[in-house]
Amino acid sequence: MILSTSLNSSSYSFIDKLKAVDYFLIIVVAIIGSLSVFAIYSTESGNFSFYTKNHLIRFLVFFSMFLVLSFVRVSAWYKHAYSFYILGILLLLFVIFFGISASGSKRWINLFIMNLQPSELMKIAVIVCFARYYHRIQSSDIQSYKYLLQPIILLLIPCYLVITQPDLGTAILIAGSGLVIIWLAGLNLKYFVYSGLILLVSLPFVISILKPYQKSRILTFFNPDRDPLGAGYQIIQSKIAIGSGGLLGKGFLQGTQSYLEFLPEKHTDFIFTLFSEEFGFAGSMVLILLYTLLIYRIIRIGFSSRSFFAKLYCFGFASALFLYIFVNIAMVVGLLPIVGAPLPIMSYGGSSMLSIMLGLSIVMSCKIYSRDPIGS
Amino acid sequence: MIKKIGNLNKNKIISRRLFVLVGAKLGLLGIVTSRLYNLQISEKQKYEVLSDQNRIREWKTPPQRGIITDYFNNVIADNQRVYQVHLSLEEVSNFNNSIFRLKNIISLKKDEIKKIYEKKEKSKPWDTLIISENLSWKEFSKLNLYLHELEGAKPVLSTSRYYPYSNDLVHVVGYVGDATTTDIQNKNKVEENFVPGLKVGKIGIENSKDNDLIGNHGVKRYEVNASGKKISEISYKKETQGKNLRTTIDLEIQQLAQGLLKNQAGSICVMDIYTGEVIAMASSPTYDPNKFTHGISTKDWNEIKNNKLRPLQNKSLAGLYSPGSTIKPIVALAALEYGIIDTKFKVNCKGHDHPYELYGERYHCWKKNGHGLMSMRNAIKQSCDIYFYEVARLLGVDKLSLIAKRYGLGSKVLEDFFSEEKKGIIPSTKWKKQVLEQSWYLGETVITGIGQGYIQTTPLQLCLMTAQLANGGYKIKPNLIYDKEIDLDKIKSKIESEKNKSVSQDILKDYEFKHYERLYRNPNNLKVVLDAMYGSTNEQFGTSFRSRHEINKYKFAGKTGTSQVKRITDQDRELDLDLEEIEYKSRDHALFIAFAPYDKPRYSLSVLIEHGGSGSKAAAPLANKLIKKILDRHELREKIRKDLKNIA
Repeated sequence: MILSTSLNSSSYSFIDKLKAVDYFLIIVVAIIGSLSVFAIYSTESGNFSFYTKNHLIRFLVFFSMFLVLSFVRVSAWYKHAYSFYILGILLLLFVIFFGISASGSKRWINLFIMNLQPSELMKIAVIVCFARYYHRIQSSDIQSYKYLLQPIILLLIPCYLVITQPDLGTAILIAGSGLVIIWLAGLNLKYFVYSGLILLVSLPFVISILKPYQKSRILTFFNPDRDPLGAGYQIIQSKIAIGSGGLLGKGFLQGTQSYLEFLPEKHTDFIFTLFSEEFGFAGSMVLILLYTLLIYRIIRIGFSSRSFFAKLYCFGFASALFLYIFVNIAMVVGLLPIVGAPLPIMSYGGSSMLSIMLGLSIVMSCKIYSRDPIGS
Repeated sequence: MIKKIGNLNKNKIISRRLFVLVGAKLGLLGIVTSRLYNLQISEKQKYEVLSDQNRIREWKTPPQRGIITDYFNNVIADNQRVYQVHLSLEEVSNFNNSIFRLKNIISLKKDEIKKIYEKKEKSKPWDTLIISENLSWKEFSKLNLYLHELEGAKPVLSTSRYYPYSNDLVHVVGYVGDATTTDIQNKNKVEENFVPGLKVGKIGIENSKDNDLIGNHGVKRYEVNASGKKISEISYKKETQGKNLRTTIDLEIQQLAQGLLKNQAGSICVMDIYTGEVIAMASSPTYDPNKFTHGISTKDWNEIKNNKLRPLQNKSLAGLYSPGSTIKPIVALAALEYGIIDTKFKVNCKGHDHPYELYGERYHCWKKNGHGLMSMRNAIKQSCDIYFYEVARLLGVDKLSLIAKRYGLGSKVLEDFFSEEKKGIIPSTKWKKQVLEQSWYLGETVITGIGQGYIQTTPLQLCLMTAQLANGGYKIKPNLIYDKEIDLDKIKSKIESEKNKSVSQDILKDYEFKHYERLYRNPNNLKVVLDAMYGSTNEQFGTSFRSRHEINKYKFAGKTGTSQVKRITDQDRELDLDLEEIEYKSRDHALFIAFAPYDKPRYSLSVLIEHGGSGSKAAAPLANKLIKKILDRHELREKIRKDLKNIA
């Protein structure tokens, strides 16, 4: 349905649309995607088997989806923003009853071709929903309690559903994405300060309701040597891998830490570690630079957009993207506790890839239909 | 219009807020980048080391021990191929199960299984456990047959210590066994090269020369994965075999000596009187050192331990015996050297009816009817006790002690080479005061003169004493391992120069002599004593006359000794029982010392038979056979000596 409305648009010629596409952004995404295939290939010690194949297929499929969905009118996204949000919530509820679980948490829905993780989709849904929400509100009204309470509730529902899966990492990222937009919309700084203080005060209470493994992760973060073979193992091995990579790395397929299986979760959360071990500081900087370019491009599109929806969405998505990347890298280098957050595009995982590509397609749509006046 | 202003305002807010966000992002990016820089550039080396520690694991491979040979290059301690079964723990899923299966194939005893479990407790999960060190060929082939169903079991061809002349050399060579924690602590070389299953010397040469014999372990470095599985071999530093050792022992003489002592407790020592080379050092009974290599069974151990003749004791250097009459040449020499008496000094021995008396105490000669009027030569030759009571009384125990020590008694012959070697006791007034806190009695001097009382010596000391008398009175350096520094020609020329050296006034005082220095004041005194020993063996009425060699080439000189193990009472003297009628433990020890050939002395020996009765009957006849063998092999030995010198 969405597709039909957008393709029937008459105010943009096809050539115009093609001209409006941000090819630079597409190239950056393609490069990161290619690197990710090589990195996954390396986790399998240079065998083109299960993970590499799957990852390559997913990247190609979702990358194509990104290109196609880019031509969906941004007004359509605006129109269906709340539906998207509600769909996300429904899927999260569906997980509670029919979800499949792995290693102690229930996060996935079996779609037969892949296992969908609705919480990943929720990351984007929250941004779209909030962009729409703040699109119309006058800046003078933003500080009112009514407009303060509504988005907080909108944010708490998915966060609560995801935390109980349990998936602290994704919940934090969803909350982060939402808060970024609230911040951009202009909510007074004092609210952030107050809520920050409240969070700090309630921290002991929050810790007390955490699952034992989450607690141990946080304790381990402060002292990885507390339990070097247990909870601290991942972070110690990750630091060893990164550190031993040096300036230029051990070379492609030469990362001993991952090849010899010292590195856990190497194709998902610790993919950066593997990349950094094999390509060193130089390689890590290149990857970070690529991400920076991606984020820069998204922000640029936001600036060139006329509607608040597009602006808020692009800036929000760019910030969320940054947050994902930062949390993941900071986690594997031992700056943050291990909370389970994938590195966008690089990490193995269909849902994460899907949500990032979906997010990017909305960005591209903002670019192509930048002149669209929305909802007024 | 209002809306437009509002929108403008909103746009401004969003841009400003974004600006703040971008600033924060750049800050966070900076933190991540500096962290990466810190890990990958600043601390790279630290993490590289950690990474290598992760992936590289070392396995040490045991070195082969050096081979020990006799003087003629006959191998007396060898490395032999053995069949073993090892169990690689990382490949075993159920340990109990694996042991149960192995037990059915290679017949493990209960205490062996217990030991395996103890060893497993101490092992790391990637270690290899030695299940059996020495399988029979039959077991080994059976194991290979069932190998496919034995998880982690590995048939291994290895080497282990083997002593081809098992019992004959155990008291010289010793044996090896598993390294204990004390072995590891005490021997640096063992600590450096420790590998599970490493054998170390427990006694004898194996123990004292362990540092040379052990060699250096090899190191195999493997790349392993996180679960400890070997992925590939990175490097292999080959182990090096320990140094081979050539001993001074003559295997044939050793075997003959050991054979002569069969079924008796005793010792035979043979020494080169110039080079100090120990040519044979037999101790009886013996035991099989091969039994210790793979851990001795309780049954075998009890058998050795409970043998009343004490096979574990090295009687040559850890057995202490009163020297008996073998001390008499030293007593005579001391009296002559100090000028107490001259060779014409005579004492009348009148038999048991008229014993030697001192302060009411009576001292008898061994000969019931007495020897009659005895000169020194005759007294040594016929071993008259009365003569030596009187000489000892005149000499005094302190002068006797000084000369006895000078010729090799009262100190360890091989220094620290054997941990079990004993010093013995050469008593003096000072010694008694210090050790027993009592004053010396003159009566004790008198019996010391015939080698009884406090005096205690080892057979090896008596052999050295004889050597240093026979070589003309020069201090030699006894040794058991061939040493090219000890050169016969050099020693002989050194002795020649010593002979013409003017003697200092202090020669009769307590003085620390260097090797090959002359020990005597007047060479004639020694000649008298040696001549008397010649008489003892080669003239009628000599105590070892019956053991003499008629052929000139084999003629030797000796001195018998019969050492009492308990005081002879008047009743005993009355009964005069035959040897067989006396309880074994109460029988006298039989001793004999000798040097040969008489005209050009070269070898000395001592024979001791525990509870063998009289020296002339039990000990001297053995010397007869030994000396023939020793002299027959003299040419051969000299040839080897020359060859070795030329190689050097």
